Amino acid sequence: MRRGWLSSPLAGKLRLVRIHSAGSGFALPPRFSAWFATRGWSARPHQLDLLRCVRAGTSALLIAPTGAGKTLAGFLPTLVDLEHPPNRRALHTLYISPLKALAVDVKRNLETPIAQMGLELRVETRTGDTPASKRARQRRDPPDILLTTPEQLALLVASADARHLFASLRHVVFDELHAIAGSKRGDLLSLGFARLRQIAPGLTAIGLSATVRDPDELRRWLAPQGRPGAAAALILAEPGAPAELSILETKEDLPWAGHSARHALGAVYAKIKAARLTLVFVNTRAQAEFIFQELWRRNDDGLAIALHHGSLDVAQRRRVEEAMASGGLKAVVCTSTLDLGVDWGDVDLVINIGAPKGASRLAQRIGRANHRLDEPSRAILAPANRFEMLECRAAVDAAREGAQDTSEARAGALDVLCQHILGMACAEPFDPDALFAEVASAAPYAQLTRENFEAALNFAATGGYALKTYERFAKIKRMKDGRWRVANGRVAQSYRMNIGTIVEADMLKVRLVRGGANPATGVSPRPLGRGGRVVGQIEDSFIEMLAPKDTFLFGGEILALQGIVENEALVTRTHAETPKIPSYAGGKFPLSTYLAMRVRRLLADPREWSALPEEVAHWLELQKQRSALPGEDNLLVETFPRGERFYLALYPFEGRLAHTTLGMLLTRRMERAGLKPLGFVANDYALCVWSMTDIGALCAKRLLRLDDLLGEDMLGDDLEEWLLDSSLMKRTFRNCAIISGLIERNFPGREKSGRQVRISTDLIYNVLLRHEPDHILLRAARADAATGLLDIERLAQMLSRVQGKILHVALDRVSPLATPVMLEIGRESVYGEAQDAILAEAAETLVEEVMAEPAIGASRGRAKGAP
Amino acid sequence: MFGAAPKLSRPPSMLRVADADFIADPAGALFWPEERLLIVADLHFEKGSAFAARGAFLPPYDTAATLKALARLIGAYQPRRVVALGDSFHDSLAGERLHPQDRAMIGSLQQGREWIWIAGNHDRDLPGGLEGDAQEELAIGAVIFRHEPRAGSSLGEIAGHLHPVAKVAGRAGSVRRRCFVSGGGRCVMPAFGAYAGGLNLCDPAFEPLFGGRDRLAHVMGRDEVYAVPHRRCAPD
Repeated sequence: MRRGWLSSPLAGKLRLVRIHSAGSGFALPPRFSAWFATRGWSARPHQLDLLRCVRAGTSALLIAPTGAGKTLAGFLPTLVDLEHPPNRRALHTLYISPLKALAVDVKRNLETPIAQMGLELRVETRTGDTPASKRARQRRDPPDILLTTPEQLALLVASADARHLFASLRHVVFDELHAIAGSKRGDLLSLGFARLRQIAPGLTAIGLSATVRDPDELRRWLAPQGRPGAAAALILAEPGAPAELSILETKEDLPWAGHSARHALGAVYAKIKAARLTLVFVNTRAQAEFIFQELWRRNDDGLAIALHHGSLDVAQRRRVEEAMASGGLKAVVCTSTLDLGVDWGDVDLVINIGAPKGASRLAQRIGRANHRLDEPSRAILAPANRFEMLECRAAVDAAREGAQDTSEARAGALDVLCQHILGMACAEPFDPDALFAEVASAAPYAQLTRENFEAALNFAATGGYALKTYERFAKIKRMKDGRWRVANGRVAQSYRMNIGTIVEADMLKVRLVRGGANPATGVSPRPLGRGGRVVGQIEDSFIEMLAPKDTFLFGGEILALQGIVENEALVTRTHAETPKIPSYAGGKFPLSTYLAMRVRRLLADPREWSALPEEVAHWLELQKQRSALPGEDNLLVETFPRGERFYLALYPFEGRLAHTTLGMLLTRRMERAGLKPLGFVANDYALCVWSMTDIGALCAKRLLRLDDLLGEDMLGDDLEEWLLDSSLMKRTFRNCAIISGLIERNFPGREKSGRQVRISTDLIYNVLLRHEPDHILLRAARADAATGLLDIERLAQMLSRVQGKILHVALDRVSPLATPVMLEIGRESVYGEAQDAILAEAAETLVEEVMAEPAIGASRGRAKGAP
Repeated sequence: MFGAAPKLSRPPSMLRVADADFIADPAGALFWPEERLLIVADLHFEKGSAFAARGAFLPPYDTAATLKALARLIGAYQPRRVVALGDSFHDSLAGERLHPQDRAMIGSLQQGREWIWIAGNHDRDLPGGLEGDAQEELAIGAVIFRHEPRAGSSLGEIAGHLHPVAKVAGRAGSVRRRCFVSGGGRCVMPAFGAYAGGLNLCDPAFEPLFGGRDRLAHVMGRDEVYAVPHRRCAPD
């Protein structure tokens, strides 16, 4: 068979634990083989391999492409085990999926074979939507198979009857393990899993995953750590047919910059028309809204095109999913909300708008097309600009080679550990030595030091401060025998209400109201009603940028903001032609390191350019003549004047987050060196800084060395100083404060308090950083910042990589490669000290008003120019 | 005019109440040069430990942080008198939780100057063992200092209690900062306490004080106070 993008190149490198080929040596029970036969199927080798493995009591990781019968494989061992159920029924198998919807979907899919084979099994789901009475009954009288989510598992292991409930547990199935293992949710899940192993030592774990970069990480995740080489067995399913992957060809030229992909939408529409059901993936909600709107503008054939993204109201999303499943739709424009495994319809084409940002993400999205294994998935990439074309080209090559770039394993988060320790005290008193050993058996915490464990324990007890003033308020207390117990029931209740690691951005409900202002006069005919329906949720930070009467796209409609009342944005429909569209920041996913490397390689080698559209190849050719091409390993820096400013353009290709951090640090450093920087703009590929001083000239006169300006020491004091005031760092800290339980999201019976009573985490951050900079929560926040919003780790790797390899080209005008990023100037948002500029700007309008309108109120005139 | 000139690197922001000129310091205090009087509102000492008693272990350094900021102002302005405009302590038991070191710090800041504790709704009774005069209100010339602003017109009133903040939107985003609110010859001061939250000045609570009249938000920036017209400020 031809080697396709799904066939793993890793297979050669890894010890392939295929116990028997084609399932020889183990026969399915007759009832099962008969069932397969009536369906015209036979059990697949990987399904039998997994069955054998689990029956032998060995935990296993199954890596299989979409459509390979992964879910059935995961449950087959349980079904065979329970063909003749024991007299004393107890919970036998726990299934955990990252998506609530997936648990519900799996239940439906599981009930069919159970009914057809006449097995007497009870399968139930337990999610946040399950009524309290049913949850209580499930604890008393558990089903054979319970399908649930990581958060529900955390709740169950923290309850007093956890030991009773899980005592007979035999199997635990982790679905979509690749999507959860490297995150804080995965950390919490790994800790709950460690507790399950402790309660039921005979437990066998089954991990189901899409293709990943390093299966060994997931194999370790599935096995108790502590002895060298502890890992689950690996079972690789036959790869599916290779995908038909192409880059969209358009008549129109590829734009220099922007993310709208407007030029490609005619061609996209034609592809949708020709296919059965198309998923159109985009990277941001804003992009989804825009593309949806534009497709409908062209929709002369009245094709059923729908929209699906995380901000839409749940009921609305469910309607779209049902319409997909019933075949009533022609296309769905969606964000990553449809990335994961629920099988909602007969998708035969995937179109990815914009750059895929990562090889594995692309593979996952392609897999959404065609759930039949032996037919190829069809996917088309539609880059929105020239840089994205390079990235798409690199991604297609990576996909054909089957290369993966899923994130690397990281140490388990300390804030999650803080939460878990409190939960374990809520379940039953614990011995600290035993709990430490249990926690360290979870792969993410295998390297946890006893010091950090003690710090987390102290945090759970009294906040863990050097100044010991909260002893008398302790949440968990040490007993005479050395074990720790929860202080009282209130603490346990509050813990249960604040469980989990998903911290929602501040969201406002969007409520459609009648009436509103007359667009011509701006006058509202009557007070706004509150009775309209809620159409979804939107980020607080987005609404903040709008003034009343501003229009924006939401749910495929142009809405006008009428006002904000409490936590609701009141909106009306409008007939405006062009909405005020949110700025396209490119996408929330940064370009993966692996793809970045491939893009650099593609750029550096003109022989590769033949695969690119003519205008793109010409653009690069021009760059080569006028300036230089970024090399595979160096850092190209261009300097040029434009208008009355001097520009410094850098091409690190390390993603927008790392570039933004670099921009912050670099402008600080330039400020200190008296170079008078004025601002910067960053995208996924480049960074551009402008200043009053001619940096090119200073370099020529040897008064400045770029090597010094971009020195690694930037990550020392400059970074520390900036972090003091960085709003990104504050947001990171807020998440840690919530997850660790410092700030409670919910509390029973607590009155909703006014804003002046609520303490903002920014204030706490300021105080803590100045008084106890080494506190566990600040360490947790720094660890997050290294890989999260600030991407410091990647910046550090880049700075170290390019030391002594900076290629400086002094130009007299903007270069071809700098043009796209220059076009983005003016779209950047503010951080840190730039915030004061907003205040100054607002104060200036005051001055202007004062100058222009001498008749204005006296008190205002006095404020600025005191006598 | 600025007799005991404070060491300031930038031109001070002025704020006028009932014909008296005050310097609005970006740390959130008012200084009255003619009287060498420093005014701070809503210190909320021991708010952190009040939360800890209910199970939220906020860093126990808020009182120290507030005192440090206050010490910096006292060092810079060398006031003859300090007025704490009420709610200096977060609750009636705050005095018991006050760390001896912080208590000593308050004592040393009071050395060589007059100190007036205006009563607030959180601290009707001042914790025992503290120096300074406890008063309901303080009138100096045409200016009256009280904790809770009175509804209606109140010329010359300087009050706290409401913890005003302003949200200012610009082209590229918005910022939410503590602020002074002035207009109609009165002023509401920002809270000074490290953990004191804020109430948006668009909140109806400000209506009875300023009515429909023009008011200015003097927004606390990093090194400067920015005067922003009320209608440039956004609700939360």
